[in-house]
Amino acid sequence: MSDDPRTRTGGGAPAKTADRSGWPLWEVFVRPRRGLAHHHVGSLHAPDAELALRNARDLYTRRQEGVSIWVVPAAAITASSPDEKDAFFAPAADKVYRHPTFYEVPEGAAHL
Amino acid sequence: MSGCNTCSVHGHHFPEPGDGPASGLLGQVEAAEAALRAAAERGRPGAPDGAAGDTDPQEYFTALIEADQKIEPRDWMPDAYRRTLIRQIAQHAHSEIIGMQPEGNWITRAPSLKRKAILLAKVQDEAGHGLYLYAAAETLGVSRDELVELLLAGRQKYSSIFNYPTLTWADVGAIGWLVDGAAIVNQVPLCRCSYGPYARAMIRICKEESFHQRQGYEILYTLAHGTPAQREMAQDAVNRWWYPSLAMFGPPDRDSTHSEQSMAWKIKRFSNDELRQRFVDMCVPQAEILGLRIPDPELRWNPERQSYDFTPPDYAELMRVISGDGPCNRQRMARRRRAHAEGAWVREAAAAYAAKRAARATAPTEVAA
Repeated sequence: MSDDPRTRTGGGAPAKTADRSGWPLWEVFVRPRRGLAHHHVGSLHAPDAELALRNARDLYTRRQEGVSIWVVPAAAITASSPDEKDAFFAPAADKVYRHPTFYEVPEGAAHL
Repeated sequence: MSGCNTCSVHGHHFPEPGDGPASGLLGQVEAAEAALRAAAERGRPGAPDGAAGDTDPQEYFTALIEADQKIEPRDWMPDAYRRTLIRQIAQHAHSEIIGMQPEGNWITRAPSLKRKAILLAKVQDEAGHGLYLYAAAETLGVSRDELVELLLAGRQKYSSIFNYPTLTWADVGAIGWLVDGAAIVNQVPLCRCSYGPYARAMIRICKEESFHQRQGYEILYTLAHGTPAQREMAQDAVNRWWYPSLAMFGPPDRDSTHSEQSMAWKIKRFSNDELRQRFVDMCVPQAEILGLRIPDPELRWNPERQSYDFTPPDYAELMRVISGDGPCNRQRMARRRRAHAEGAWVREAAAAYAAKRAARATAPTEVAA
């Protein structure tokens, strides 16, 4: 699961209005088990990092879904917007030689 | 401790209805999750993922929908699509929050510690589901506070079902079996909704919801096999919850205002009447195993349609309840408003504490005198 963080700088979406209770939005990342990376699972509101962690535990790990949680203020995330995607990711599109499948391996050559 | 720390509350076993409700529905949720991953790997045919290029945004949006790709928060989308989703997700979130009340009424009166622990966990899940959904709505550019205000002002709705009272303990069972059962039938197709954050929230919710349905079924099974008085109580609860549960699928297709466009946008995948039929077909064999009667004299198998014929719910009553005139509308809203008002000092205190700590962290260090 990975939503785009909703720091709104483009994409035609209206700017996010401030939370009236003054509780900022936090993005929550959970490591399901040892050996796996943290994954974005959702978001929540909390007044500070400590309560964000506690709320994240109660909201996203009620059934032992994780062994570690990160909370990140949504406002601290800088995101590429889909409008820029074409240009932003274009440099990777024409460099097929970065993939091993680009190369022909002569018959019989092992350990390549 | 071993892997299962909830084993102590899972002691009771009852026959599972065939390849029936939860396993079948859970299978569908998993299939939806697999489809979501497969679509992500497939990408949009003929275009690198996300490449908007010079294409017209409306065309690009339509192409994504047609290719069964998910729309993500920062994608361009038609205003009406955004508005429809906000309305639907908000209404769904409000339903989860208000839905804590009918069952919450029974937490202090649950017949055993085991039932009480289960009911607490279930009501806590409802709160969690509400929060997942508010978070999904927020990706569309509204704030949770705005949505809560709209609910409290009566300008956004919640499901009509929660305006019915829970008169006996058996009602907690009937809600789990019928109300959560109907909700699952409604919600499983939403796991394939075209809007990514909503689809992902629904996958999470449906997986948790299946525990709700099973615990309700177990309560009814226990009562139906108990004393004559318990049996009668179970039957009475089913009698009262059957038609309101059928009404949860909304007005009949011929009167449904939002359906057609939502189907085209792949927000909605099946019509109200299709889902209602699916629910009835699922419940009849389950009721037989419970040994309880579905209160519909017209209910019978139709071999031609390979489905059950049934009496539709009273749609005039549904409209009355939706417009605010159900048995408990005023009570539910008054309680929510009171809870929100009484929690204000907690929200304010936590914000003040966070502000004070942040100010201290940035203030220059004082020199000791």
